[in-house]
Amino acid sequence: MVSTSGAIKDMFLGEVRKIDELFRFIKIDGELAEIDATELKHKELNDLMRECIFKGAEKFVLKNVYGHRYIGTRLNISNPKRVQIDIYGTAGNDLGAFLNGHKIVVHGNAQDGVGNTMDDGEIIIEGRAGDVVAMSMRGGKIFIRDNVGYRTAIHMKEFENKVPVLVVGGTAQDFFGEYMAGGRVILLGLNLKENEAHKAHYIGTGMHGGIIYIRGKVEDYQLGREVGVLEPEKEDWKLIEENVRRFSDCFGFNSDDILSDKFIKLIPVSRRPYGKIYAY
Amino acid sequence: MRRSRRILEPEKDMQACGLFGVMDRSGRRFDGNIAIDAMKNMKVRGNGLGGGFSVYGPYPHYKDQYAIHVMYEGGNTDAKNRVEDFLHKNFEVVNEEEVPTNSDANVINPPLVWRYFVNPEKKGEEKKISDDDYVVAKVMDINTKIDDAFVFSSGKDMAVFKGVGFPEDIAEFFMLDELYKGYIWTGHSRFPTNTPGWWGGAHPFCILDWTVVHNGEISSYGTNRRYLEMYGYYCTLFTDTEVIAYAVDLLMRRQKLPIEVVSRIFAPPMWYLIEHMDERRKQLYTTLRRVYGPLLVNGPFTFIVAHHGEMFGLTDRIRLRPITAGEKADFIFMSSEEASIRAVSPDLDRIWTPHGGEPIIGRLWEDEKKKKKEQLILEQTFR
Repeated sequence: MVSTSGAIKDMFLGEVRKIDELFRFIKIDGELAEIDATELKHKELNDLMRECIFKGAEKFVLKNVYGHRYIGTRLNISNPKRVQIDIYGTAGNDLGAFLNGHKIVVHGNAQDGVGNTMDDGEIIIEGRAGDVVAMSMRGGKIFIRDNVGYRTAIHMKEFENKVPVLVVGGTAQDFFGEYMAGGRVILLGLNLKENEAHKAHYIGTGMHGGIIYIRGKVEDYQLGREVGVLEPEKEDWKLIEENVRRFSDCFGFNSDDILSDKFIKLIPVSRRPYGKIYAY
Repeated sequence: MRRSRRILEPEKDMQACGLFGVMDRSGRRFDGNIAIDAMKNMKVRGNGLGGGFSVYGPYPHYKDQYAIHVMYEGGNTDAKNRVEDFLHKNFEVVNEEEVPTNSDANVINPPLVWRYFVNPEKKGEEKKISDDDYVVAKVMDINTKIDDAFVFSSGKDMAVFKGVGFPEDIAEFFMLDELYKGYIWTGHSRFPTNTPGWWGGAHPFCILDWTVVHNGEISSYGTNRRYLEMYGYYCTLFTDTEVIAYAVDLLMRRQKLPIEVVSRIFAPPMWYLIEHMDERRKQLYTTLRRVYGPLLVNGPFTFIVAHHGEMFGLTDRIRLRPITAGEKADFIFMSSEEASIRAVSPDLDRIWTPHGGEPIIGRLWEDEKKKKKEQLILEQTFR
């Protein structure tokens, strides 16, 4: 029932092994590199992936991932090649931090800090994610099938044509879109019951840029005082539709059903909500 | 090494302690491997300056005696003599022995640790107070009056094993994988930055059979500590977590409040959210905040508290520290990370993370049945 075999490893950084000692954990099949992470510390796993990319790997399959951190982070090499990383297990904190263009698919849940300061690429999570998803994200797309925790999209940003997108299929906990400075966030509430409101309070607190779209009920008092509520316009629907279709393709939902429902649009009422506090 | 009594600043955990708790709600006892392996999986959350475990149900042959575990810093035999004199004067000591340890384990400066299975021998005026209150007072006496002696744990049929090292080192030192079985285990790995890592400052913290493991920083430590002093609890272990152990003893044992209420005292909803509640709940939450304001726990925290029959996890109301809960048949798990639960039980029935301030509760099935009616009333009130 409860087993302790197989998945236990020692992840402290003091005894990280050299790359030469780690190749026995990889199976290479052409451009596919399969890594069994059971006995690897998180730095060893990331070292191995980096080495594989230099050696020509285009696709990774990571098996037995139990909380390994920063997966995908150190693959930021000058080679413009983009790889796909399939993760089986539970991805650890800061999955895809600083990700620059690769695609990550988690066949399971992720923990805190998914897509932290991500720059480009795509992260797809077939499950739930923890707190501070998409923190400071500046480009690329994240799709999460189930719920997310606190402070999702905190300080997400955008610049000119570089606009990050996050789609969450379930509901969220408090401070959704806190201090958001840019980007687009879509919250679908697909697991809410009829007439059940979203769980989050303080939605968009301190928000001063970007747009949040929400499907499903939200009471006024759940919104932060820095956001205003609008109806989505034509431009908005274009963006919602494109991303809901991609979301539905990833997880097998019917996008027409989702799109036939009402969405609200939240935007900041001020670009500098705290300007008066800091201006002397 | 003599300890200095001047270090009184609260501990500050800047990074990320690791917490874990597991309970078999049918009451079956199991060895320490699940908790040890889960802590190993989160090794990066600690830095080797503190690790520890609590176990419930390890002493079936002495289950009616208080099991007083005492640490003697630097193996101070003078302290040991004084404690033993004190114990023999105030208790019937049914058995006393050194806690067995493995000298090959990777730990630094281990103290001498002894355990005493005792029955209270109250005299005169003391007969008016309960056995539990008597034991609390005597534990406070040892901690505050005898240098180099600290009580690790003082409950019946439970124990705390802790020290300086990674949790698996401490487990190896006390041989927790072989020597003990319990139906609840909690574990902690520490990442202290502001106060020295020392054996008494490791988690869990314990008074009677209440134990606390904690990740975070209690900004309200001063307020909470002064309030608890009015009820005879004195903080001596130089870290903020201690106040939680005493606060649960006060609220849950002495005042008999259930965790559903206590969690709202420690982590009450914001006034802004109370304003939007229905009249009945508004009144309840307002009253709780008024009566128990000094026990509001401020700052980022997650803690897992256990006592016989029950284990619960709680985070601060804006969840500045993580927690995840999992269930597999009779087992309930609580952890800083989902991965460490999956590492010991890959195929879970359910995994979830409640809102900040909402407790995760594990109870023995037999107690659950007894509490059912009371429970229903509470659930309706707090929904």
